[in-house]
Amino acid sequence: MAKPMEQIKWQELEVGSVVVEVGNALEYETGTWRSEKPVVNKTQCIKCGVCWLFCPDACIVKAPEGHFEANLTYCKGCGICAKECPVGCITMTGEEE
Amino acid sequence: MDRFSVFSSRLVDKSENFTSGHRACQGCAEALAVRHVMKALGRDTIVAMSTGCMEIISSPLPLTAWKVPWIHNAFENSAAVISGCEAGMKAMMRKGIIPQKKINFVAMGGDGATADIGMGPLSGALERGHDMVYICYDNEAYMNTGIQRSSSTPFGASTTTSPAGKDSMGQHTQKKNMPQIAVAHDIPYVATACPSFPFDLIEKVKKAAEMPGAAYVHILSVCPTGWRIQPQDAIKYGRLAIDSCVFPLYEVVNGEYRLTYTPYRKLPVTEYLKGQGRFRHLTDKEIQLIQDKVDRDYQKILKRCEEGR
Ligand SMILES: Cc1ncc(C[n+]2csc(CCOP(=O)(O)OP(=O)(O)O)c2C)c(N)n1
Ligand code: SF4
Ligand code: SF4
Ligand code: SF4
Ligand SMILES: [Mg+2]
Repeated sequence: MAKPMEQIKWQELEVGSVVVEVGNALEYETGTWRSEKPVVNKTQCIKCGVCWLFCPDACIVKAPEGHFEANLTYCKGCGICAKECPVGCITMTGEEE
Repeated sequence: MDRFSVFSSRLVDKSENFTSGHRACQGCAEALAVRHVMKALGRDTIVAMSTGCMEIISSPLPLTAWKVPWIHNAFENSAAVISGCEAGMKAMMRKGIIPQKKINFVAMGGDGATADIGMGPLSGALERGHDMVYICYDNEAYMNTGIQRSSSTPFGASTTTSPAGKDSMGQHTQKKNMPQIAVAHDIPYVATACPSFPFDLIEKVKKAAEMPGAAYVHILSVCPTGWRIQPQDAIKYGRLAIDSCVFPLYEVVNGEYRLTYTPYRKLPVTEYLKGQGRFRHLTDKEIQLIQDKVDRDYQKILKRCEEGR
């Protein structure tokens, strides 16, 4: 787990500010930005993966049952998956306060 | 969806070498382009990236969304940096200091980095013929710093430094044709692509990486923030740009042109322009000018493709 930047002292930085842990942006949960979330109708989903291919945030995963759904830890709620789904089985629904 | 079967999304590499947790705006198709490019390239890749949206959103210290060696460059010099990486690593391989291995050396920059400030280093790298790929993510302005016009901003688009108003119709110069400038360097591979056509994009990036010598890929990357559209429409506008022939998808292999996608029905440019806030102010006369230019340019590309046959 990387420390937040404001807690890091300069002596702790690698030379050249190199980040040695790959892909650690996963620690940053962009899901908190969201005001709407995609909800998949599992029975209508034809498991084509189009939503997965078009998600700019790489946050659509294949569920064990075979359909696709958003990982809400990262989903920013852009609505691309709902718009591009060929059978229209994703609905954007408002987040509760 | 493009001409390929929807089911072929199963054939696309599942690994994510550009991870979630990056800070691009909602619906950023430039970030989607990076994701697709990294699927095409795989882990044996070194990336040098110019500053710009994709650099700042992916690497706020101490975090990184990259799973490959990646270096943040100045605005102008990613092509020079990757040239040095390639020459250095090849020399070390030759001397047996590191094992022989196929590595993809890739420089990336936005349209500002490519068509404006980094043009010199890019031209030098293409001319020297390093075994590298240069990828331009073209969102048609300097988005990172607040939507300033670049030489890649299209005619008529309103940006903060080419604002539309009483005395101005927005950008009054024509978009610089970067792919053609790359072709003029006589390099083995040049292509245009767009993440709305992911299979086409992935295929081209793979080809660019496999081809020995320098390759250039120009990717139209829809930016909802700068184009003033809804985030969910980012894929749609990429598709409209291609179906209206505003941005034709083609590749040039050793000087031979090939159109990789022909619209089923060529749409009028109004289909593409309407709904984009940056073009909202355009009059019918200005739209006609755009249409005429698109038709002329498309004919030129078609002619070059025919000559190759
Ligand atoms: C020499 C220099 N001038 C200006 C800047 C400020 N700057 C950083 S990114 C950027 C714009 C990037 O535009 P582009 O390359 O199109 O990428 P985008 O953000 O649109 O993806 C500017 C002007 C800089 N970093 N260095
Ligand atoms: S709403 Fe956007 S970020 Fe969320 S899963 Fe769909 S495409 Fe991905
Ligand atoms: S695009 Fe729609 S049908 Fe296809 S996998 Fe996603 S949710 Fe299912
Ligand atoms: S400004 Fe545009 S290109 Fe930059 S992160 Fe936002 S949507 Fe993407
Ligand atoms: Mg740009």
